[in-house]
Amino acid sequence: MSRWTNELRDIRTVMWKERKGLLWSQGTRWRIALPLLSPLFIAIYLPWQAGSDWLEGYVSLLLCVAIPLLFVGISIPESFAGERERHTLPTLLASRLPDSAILLGKMFSCVGFSIVILLPALLVGAVVANSVAWRGSVAFYRPWVLLVDLGVALLVGGVIGSAGVLISLRSETVQGATQALMGVFLVPPMILAFVLMFFRDTLLPWLQGLGFASVLGCILGALAVANGFLLFLALRRFRRARLLLP
Amino acid sequence: MTERQPAIVTHRLTRDFSSVRAVDQLTITVDAGTIYGFLGPNGAGKTTTLLLLLGLIDSSGGEAKVLGFDPWTHGSDLRERCGALLENPGLYDSLSAEDNLTFYARAWHLSPRIRRYRIRALLEQMGLWQRRRERVSKWSRGMRQKLAIARALLHQPSLLFLDEPTAGLDVVASHALRTQLAALVDAERITVFLTTHNMAEAEELCHRVAVIRDGTLLAVGSPEDLRAASSAHTVIRGCGGSVDAIRDGIDHQGTVIVNPDHGSDRWTLELDPSADISQIVRHLVLAGASVEEVSREKASLEKVFLDLMEEER
Repeated sequence: MSRWTNELRDIRTVMWKERKGLLWSQGTRWRIALPLLSPLFIAIYLPWQAGSDWLEGYVSLLLCVAIPLLFVGISIPESFAGERERHTLPTLLASRLPDSAILLGKMFSCVGFSIVILLPALLVGAVVANSVAWRGSVAFYRPWVLLVDLGVALLVGGVIGSAGVLISLRSETVQGATQALMGVFLVPPMILAFVLMFFRDTLLPWLQGLGFASVLGCILGALAVANGFLLFLALRRFRRARLLLP
Repeated sequence: MTERQPAIVTHRLTRDFSSVRAVDQLTITVDAGTIYGFLGPNGAGKTTTLLLLLGLIDSSGGEAKVLGFDPWTHGSDLRERCGALLENPGLYDSLSAEDNLTFYARAWHLSPRIRRYRIRALLEQMGLWQRRRERVSKWSRGMRQKLAIARALLHQPSLLFLDEPTAGLDVVASHALRTQLAALVDAERITVFLTTHNMAEAEELCHRVAVIRDGTLLAVGSPEDLRAASSAHTVIRGCGGSVDAIRDGIDHQGTVIVNPDHGSDRWTLELDPSADISQIVRHLVLAGASVEEVSREKASLEKVFLDLMEEER
């Protein structure tokens, strides 16, 4: 079997374990299910307000940012800090699983679960939008809108996943990793809001001149670059011999 | 790797944690197909050595070859051929016993058929098959240890690392685990590197033992050799008399062990090699005690261990 086939097999094995752990751990189930109530609210309330715009415009992007943000943000600190806290990390590291398979398997699990949750939420949104703005036949998301929705969800999930793994690798407890991740994701939006507020007279006309599609393209590009950089960094920093904290 | 090559060779292996030297120039050789006991008190450097040999922490100096591989440059090749039960059982509480084993069987690329066969065989041998679908969070420590040993043996490793496998278990569970472990090692024909501070365990299981303290190797040999090297001592067994009077009579030439049976007046004296036996026997008779047996016995491994610890102080 080729190296890549083996690597994929190992990633799937880690994902299998993560899925089992997530679905069968009672505490974790509730901890993850409760924050999903707010995206569920978005999936009902916003289409109710937006009507057909929910399916034709980019309002649904809110949902595609909220679900990965919450779901990956909550589950990724567990990835290594959780293993360390439960004393399962040394045994996992003593196995034959390669470094990259352990890291990517854990990250893909969190991002994958968020997409699995996003799809029914988008479906709920479509049902609500159809109910409030019935046009005689069932309307669905435009292919382009759906593609952007899924792309944004993957990129947001990827950025949070990579950053979360980086933090979790060096954290002793899940609580510590969660707090650090919250700090990381609160500071950039605050700086952005401050910049927008301070330079709004210059920035807003410039952004309006660019148009929504260009701004969205820039954001997607920035997310893709951040994704690649953080993933590279996480793979570089995953060194077995340094993960067992003294 | 051929049978004649040693499974583990270290040369002046060293590990420092900031100002503390956890392992100090350790040089050992572990022959393939043997059970090697690594003995030492808490904090002696046993677990650190084990983590070094698995390539899970970096060394500060020296060399090691495990199954012919350098643990730090060829760690993945090495770990593919090893099984490990570390300080903690490392089981996933939210998973069932079967799922815990399935995960590691998949990690070692066992085919579904072999996976099912091995899981069943090992769980049956450990007496856990009927409870395979239960979450391990509900299990006792003994059951968890057994499951962790089964997990370590799942992929039929050439070398098994066991870090204090019977720590925290009661006497019955420890004995059962040792018996099962010996049978499994015999059946699977593997090399075992066992860290322990349980002398009975080392004496019962190990072909060779190394004694370590503060990261430094103090002695190496078979339990028999170590016991033989230590001076034989005289044991007197008897009953009656006042324990305090007997104690006064031996005057620092040994120790009195009072028989632990409730209501019994039996006692045992373990005398130092230099003790004046005829004088002590005379004193015992005068103290009203009955002497039933006087014998020369080899030191137990525990005594050898304690002597080594004492010498180092």
